[in-house]
Amino acid sequence: MAAGVAAWLPFARAAAIGWMPVANCPMPLAPTEKNKRQDELIILNVSGRRFQTWRTTLERYPDTLLGSTEKEFFFNEDTKEYFFDRDPEVFKCILNFYRTGKLHYPRYECISAYDEELAFYGILPEIIGDCCYEEYKDRKRENAERLMDDNDSENNQEGSMPSLSFRQTMWRAFENPHTSTLALVFYYVTGFFIAVSVITNVVETVPCGTVPGSKELPCGERYAVAFFCLDTACVMIFTVEYLLRLFAAPSRYRFIRSVMSIIDVVAIMPYYIGLVMTNNEDVSGAFVTLRVFRVFRIFKFSRHSQGLRILGYTLKSCASELGFLLFSLTMAIIIFATVMFYAEKGSSASKFTSIPASFWYTIVTMTTLGYGDMVPKTIAGKIFGSICSLSGVLVIALPVPVIVSNFSRIYHQNQRADKRRAQKKARLARIRVAKTGSSNAYLHSKRNGLLNEALELPGSTEEEQHMTKGTSLIESQHHHLLHCLEKTTNHEFIDEQLFEQNCLEGSMQNYPSSRSPSLASARGLGTSCCSRRHKKSTHLPNSSVPATRLRSMQELSTIHIQCSEQPSLSASRSSLNMKADDGLRPNCKGAQITTAIISIPTPPALTPEAESRPGPGSPATNAPGAAASVVKVSAL
Amino acid sequence: MERTSLHNDSLLYASLIAILLLISYWFTTRCFKIISGIEDSVEDEFELSTVCHRPEGLEQLQEQTKFTRKELQVLYRGFKNECPSGIVNEENFKQIYSQFFPQGDSSTYATFLFNAFDTDHDGSVSFEDFVSGLSTILRGTIDDRLNWAFNLYDLNKDGCITKEEMLDIMKSIYDMMGKYTYPAMREEAPREHVENFFQKMDRNKDGVVTIEEFLESCQKDENIMRSMQLFDSVI
Repeated sequence: MAAGVAAWLPFARAAAIGWMPVANCPMPLAPTEKNKRQDELIILNVSGRRFQTWRTTLERYPDTLLGSTEKEFFFNEDTKEYFFDRDPEVFKCILNFYRTGKLHYPRYECISAYDEELAFYGILPEIIGDCCYEEYKDRKRENAERLMDDNDSENNQEGSMPSLSFRQTMWRAFENPHTSTLALVFYYVTGFFIAVSVITNVVETVPCGTVPGSKELPCGERYAVAFFCLDTACVMIFTVEYLLRLFAAPSRYRFIRSVMSIIDVVAIMPYYIGLVMTNNEDVSGAFVTLRVFRVFRIFKFSRHSQGLRILGYTLKSCASELGFLLFSLTMAIIIFATVMFYAEKGSSASKFTSIPASFWYTIVTMTTLGYGDMVPKTIAGKIFGSICSLSGVLVIALPVPVIVSNFSRIYHQNQRADKRRAQKKARLARIRVAKTGSSNAYLHSKRNGLLNEALELPGSTEEEQHMTKGTSLIESQHHHLLHCLEKTTNHEFIDEQLFEQNCLEGSMQNYPSSRSPSLASARGLGTSCCSRRHKKSTHLPNSSVPATRLRSMQELSTIHIQCSEQPSLSASRSSLNMKADDGLRPNCKGAQITTAIISIPTPPALTPEAESRPGPGSPATNAPGAAASVVKVSAL
Repeated sequence: MERTSLHNDSLLYASLIAILLLISYWFTTRCFKIISGIEDSVEDEFELSTVCHRPEGLEQLQEQTKFTRKELQVLYRGFKNECPSGIVNEENFKQIYSQFFPQGDSSTYATFLFNAFDTDHDGSVSFEDFVSGLSTILRGTIDDRLNWAFNLYDLNKDGCITKEEMLDIMKSIYDMMGKYTYPAMREEAPREHVENFFQKMDRNKDGVVTIEEFLESCQKDENIMRSMQLFDSVI
């Protein structure tokens, strides 16, 4: 419940009048306001600037400095005000948070100063409102990067690394050549060989002077052996490099699928295929084609060049824009090619023999190349040809700057969209957490309240206060409201996990009960009172462990309380409630309940109970977790 | 022959040109529409609702309701904090109310409440409506409270509660519990509850509960009487 609507809590409680006449059970007692003070103004003096607000405004958030008794440390008796020696500008935002329930981040403020102030006042930054959250996160990330850079440079200077395995060091060396000299050497060597390989590919085809008595040969055929040796050397280096990377990769499967490894494979495959293939005339043609793929070695440079990688990435992210450009171009080409073909159909000796043949003319004209190998001869053809070239200027020239600006826009936009998506997930998670937090708070306090009653510690007001110290009056009133709703409908709130457990358990019903039940009468815990009265069978099956708890007063010596997360705690707590009225769950899986019931020589006044872990649907998964977190607490 | 083919072809050219012109015309008008459409929607967004409402003076409210001056001040401050414009419309109301029930869906019940608070049925709850409703519930006699509850249940304000109205109310209450309950929420639970209710309240078994039957049955029921007293201590 947002504390901003705390002021509407009396209204919500008044609105419960609609539930009263239809409820069948008596309502729980309302929490009393122990010390009902008149609302008073308190003065907060922050570095000389005085702020005033109502006390109740501050008490909306009892787990912050201003909302709790921690502010008493700052109370100045002489001036009867609370003095804080902090920044008054930031305090404005913080006080507004109490007033409106929304925490804003002022842009002019330094992020680390702001964080410090928030930490001082005990406010978590996660509750910053959506309007300012993105800005806050951006600044925070920049700051973190700055810190990380500082740390990294420090670390590099220190030179002390945690000890990694050989494989991990190798992978690090591959990814970041500056980590060690060996990596740097390897980096430059591979770069050199890539360059050599590309250059040999190119030079191979250059005509290399004539051998007397025959026609001009390309160098590749003249010095075939030399080129073959060079090629072999390069491919060997590349193969070794690929195998080493494969060995060092943390996730081999992912490495194989990555783009760079595919490029590597494509770069070295032709050589091996060429080795395998003999001088078979049929396939040598295909072999020659394969050699084309050797040019892909040039892409191996992208490991060495950050710019190439960024270009590749932006092309990838601009793919839809480029695709659209291509599509519209194709449409225009087809239209104009068709028109030109029909326009030139009449003329004799026309080069426009078919529509596909006109494509070439259209493309050349639209890109304003104008080779002149195909020209229209008819008047209509010339008219349409001129329209084609004019529109070509528009179609081609206009989108190019748009695409260029699109690059930067889309690049940044992608970054922002990803950020927003990530933040949206986080935002939804926060909302969900807040919701579950409030419902968990209710279940938690219910459990505490019931624990109190069950333990029957009457005069223990300290215990009570200890239990409820986290809950302010507003929270207890809110919980009372939810309790009334439960009473009205004869159903109880439980959390999601337990609900799913119940669904599973509902479907697994056949277990013999071995222990004697008894609970029902002994339980004055006031859970589902009415259904208890309607209970057909007071015999609870064995696994209704809570049943056994109160019964076996003489049998309990230690309380096994699960220290695991809240859900299981409240789960077991609600299981206590659940087992009491059993309309839907006649039998439970007795064998899966692991309760420790040990004899205890305690007087009946103290009724400790053993928490049981309700039988989960999948005992295997729960048992180890549960077993790991059981803590024995002595009931004495 | 060339001429005839030219002649035939010229028809084709003419039709092609006509098609091209049509397409370009269509595109340009589409573009204008898109642009103007964007402008329209942008303008729409800037329409702010600047309705503001001020309540009557403190003394008048003090006379009309049974709250003290201080209580009215506290109530108004809370009211105005959540609704700076001074009135609550249904959406706002539902949103505020839903914050108290994170697990379930309280919008239907909030609608019923809104209709009950909005005594003049003008679609918005002003501070006077708000405070007069609260005064009846929190400071009125038990009969007043029961009357108010009856008014809440009687959705069409015709003086009697039918089973359908009661079923709607009951479903809305059960909706507030949400999905994760123990025992698991069954479809027939509200209906059974309504049957129960009618059995208790409907004396002459005519299928509707009138105000007299309601008051009579409630006064006989101890639980209800006791729960009505809970409201004494809310503020």
